[in-house]
Amino acid sequence: MNRFAELLDRLAYEPGRNNKLRLITGYFREVGDPDRGYALAALTGALSFKHAKPALIRDLIAARTDEVLFGLSYDYVGDLSETVALMWPKAALAAHNNPPPPSLTEVVTTLRTLGKSELPRQLERWLDELDETGRWALLKLVTGSLRIGISARLAKTAAAALGDKDPHEIELIWPGLVPPYLDLFAWLEGRGDKPVNRDPAPFRPVMLAHAIEDNDFAALDPADYIAEWKWDGIRVQAVAGRDERGHITARLYSRTGEDITGSFPDLVPSLRLPGAIDGELLILREGRVQSFNVLQQRLNRKVVSPKLIKEFPIHLRAYDLLGDDENDLRELPFAERRERLERFIAKLDDPRIDLSPTVPFDSWEALTAARADPASAGAGEDADAVEGVMLKRRDAPYLPGRPKGQWWKWKRDPHIIDAVLMYAQRGHGKRSSYYSDYTFGVWTETENGEELVPVGKAYFGFTDEELLQIDRFVRRNTTEKFGPVRHVVHEADKGLVLEVAFEGLQRSPRHKSGVAMRFPRISRLRWDKPPREADRLETLEKMLKAEAAEIEV
Amino acid sequence: MRPQDILLPNAAGLCCKPGGFHIDPVRPVERAVITHGHSDHARAGHGAVLATQETLDMMRLRYGENFAGSTQAIRYGEEIRLGDVKIKFHPAGHVLGSAQIAVSCKDTCIVASGDYKDAPDPTCAPFELVPCDVFITEATFGLPVFRHGDASDEVKKLLASVALFPERAHLVGAYSLGKAQRVIKLLRQAGYDAPIYLHGAMDTITHYYQSRGIDLGELKPVKGMKKAALAGTITLAPPSATSDLWTRRFPDPVTAFASGWMRVRARARQRGVELPLVISDHADWDGLTATIAATGAGEIWVTHGQEDALVHWCRSKGLKARPLDLVGYGDEEESETPIQAEAEA
Repeated sequence: MNRFAELLDRLAYEPGRNNKLRLITGYFREVGDPDRGYALAALTGALSFKHAKPALIRDLIAARTDEVLFGLSYDYVGDLSETVALMWPKAALAAHNNPPPPSLTEVVTTLRTLGKSELPRQLERWLDELDETGRWALLKLVTGSLRIGISARLAKTAAAALGDKDPHEIELIWPGLVPPYLDLFAWLEGRGDKPVNRDPAPFRPVMLAHAIEDNDFAALDPADYIAEWKWDGIRVQAVAGRDERGHITARLYSRTGEDITGSFPDLVPSLRLPGAIDGELLILREGRVQSFNVLQQRLNRKVVSPKLIKEFPIHLRAYDLLGDDENDLRELPFAERRERLERFIAKLDDPRIDLSPTVPFDSWEALTAARADPASAGAGEDADAVEGVMLKRRDAPYLPGRPKGQWWKWKRDPHIIDAVLMYAQRGHGKRSSYYSDYTFGVWTETENGEELVPVGKAYFGFTDEELLQIDRFVRRNTTEKFGPVRHVVHEADKGLVLEVAFEGLQRSPRHKSGVAMRFPRISRLRWDKPPREADRLETLEKMLKAEAAEIEV
Repeated sequence: MRPQDILLPNAAGLCCKPGGFHIDPVRPVERAVITHGHSDHARAGHGAVLATQETLDMMRLRYGENFAGSTQAIRYGEEIRLGDVKIKFHPAGHVLGSAQIAVSCKDTCIVASGDYKDAPDPTCAPFELVPCDVFITEATFGLPVFRHGDASDEVKKLLASVALFPERAHLVGAYSLGKAQRVIKLLRQAGYDAPIYLHGAMDTITHYYQSRGIDLGELKPVKGMKKAALAGTITLAPPSATSDLWTRRFPDPVTAFASGWMRVRARARQRGVELPLVISDHADWDGLTATIAATGAGEIWVTHGQEDALVHWCRSKGLKARPLDLVGYGDEEESETPIQAEAEA
């Protein structure tokens, strides 16, 4: 447990993806079975046991320490698990008689079978045996709040590196694997065969597109491509398959392979035919696609109530077919898969699942026109939910990852405003010596006259060279410093105007301006523009009206 | 005699009226008695200064020859009469030359311990326990969450990281007086014998440590080094430099910080530290409470830091305790003024 805790501790501070991978792979190499398997399970969220409530942890510490000292410490540290881990008093046992600290395996296997009434005493014993970091990791683990910025994908990639394998291979067999993954590690280390995925409804690694640039078109022949709308929803994979007894199992996966079936139980009955659909999750009301803001109301819900299901009816719009019953279609060219998809959807004949239409075009000019006006090019009243067009090579097989030249995404032009840089904050990791996080604002009339009000924060979109320029500007034009935050001059005639691109707007009571942007980024530096000419809050409010109307139910 | 008739805080600091001096005054005074060389305790501009030779030397290095009207060096264990009181210096274990000051008047003894630690430190004399009636303690880490562990284990963590990332530079933030030299010495004791690189602001004080017979192995200025040549090396720098433009000369640096504050995650994250090293030159909670109990003092005065918790603890043990409202002391990190003639390098 202490070694696993050490890994978590180090990961919690390490900002770089590659360095995180190195740390995790190093751990897998150094630590034997079954501990490393349970570690992989912990990192991928595959462990299941009943979590301890914070109140239980509070009771434990209350029995061991002074209440006032605990209160002062908790105020200072700000995190319950960490406070308890740090101030847990050393047990008064004779040192030579102490049991060794528990291994991760011992902790995980014990927690699985432990009765609720035995938990406090067991936790107490472990807390006595572990060091500070070990206690911290244990408490994070048992309270189910192991947030250390590691995705399941990253942990699997680190495991793959152990055997020089492609992480997609692990992704393919993953649904059939169970902790502590002895067969997986045996295969990765060349000691055993590749585990077979017996899951009836497995996830298939997703194929992604490159963003197309203006100068890419010259090299592309329109005849080689099929175009379709890119819907502004959630990309998913809907899989159904037969288990050993012939019953249908259906699952919905996010594009990273996370099982999200539980959030959308209303779609499951529609997945009756064995097969794997690549599509977009949308909310449809009276046949009309709703905006992403509406779909968002259904995300990250703990409880999916009947009311929610009724008011936000879920829908799957199909782009591609990766499997048809027992047949793997991924090697087939896209044009052929598309035909199979059309037959599949027709056979399914379900109101919750439909086909995403293709966009006919014979030249790039024609497609440009369609993209500029999806309403007249077939998207009709759903045009607002079109995020752009997708271009797929007719002969492209379904390849995991982002293969070059196969799929292109061509987004509609984002919303753009000119805002004024107000505050800058240091970045993290490689960027920790740069002011790279920017808060920007627009003008509004207040009781104090014209003022800038912050409307968002962006920390990408600029080039490395532009970062240097902004960094220099921030350092030379700081008016005040608050810890890592600098106030940057922002007056009518002094300041830096940033062109900010964003995908959408939402009303937000959390922001002083009342609006929040989706996916904001710096698209250009407007050194040429005086701050007084930057946009006004009213401009954003106008944009908002159009979108907000759809959220009201 | 009541203890507060011997020592009492005023605007300039801790004042000893019967002795006619202040301890670690924050404003210029006629006669100052100084516990150690950190800039929040040792300031320039006093009339006469009494301190250990090392502390006087450090003040001279920082402020120049004319940092005080006159100076007098005192050895550990030596007793001097000042006015109606006797004072004696005892090692505080904080940094080289650091001292606790025992002030005795008639049959009452007060120990002003300055900053201290009871943990081993190969670069200074170990803390000496001085029985007394009133013990004045710091409380920098006066919360039970601060338990510092063995500093040599933290140095092993640093070396393990250097081994794991041989293509990256390791940049260790450490206060330039005391902490830096202790970290270097601990690295040497752990068997690390490659050259260790120094930020320019570390040079003078580190060379002073070497001149006092503390062997720190091969040290090199980082200035003028090629970026690629710094892969796999360890550089020590003042904490403020590790998040600044200066770091751009290093290949993909791992930012470490050696401080007792690193025990708390939020503090480490706030500073963008990737490798926190819990190495403190102040006593931790267990050290503070054990020392207080061992002095046998019936009355405890608590200064700079987390006074509330320590005062509460003392009272719960039946000791008289009160916070001393002294201003102007803190973390040496926040108040550190660079030693003279060392611009950013």
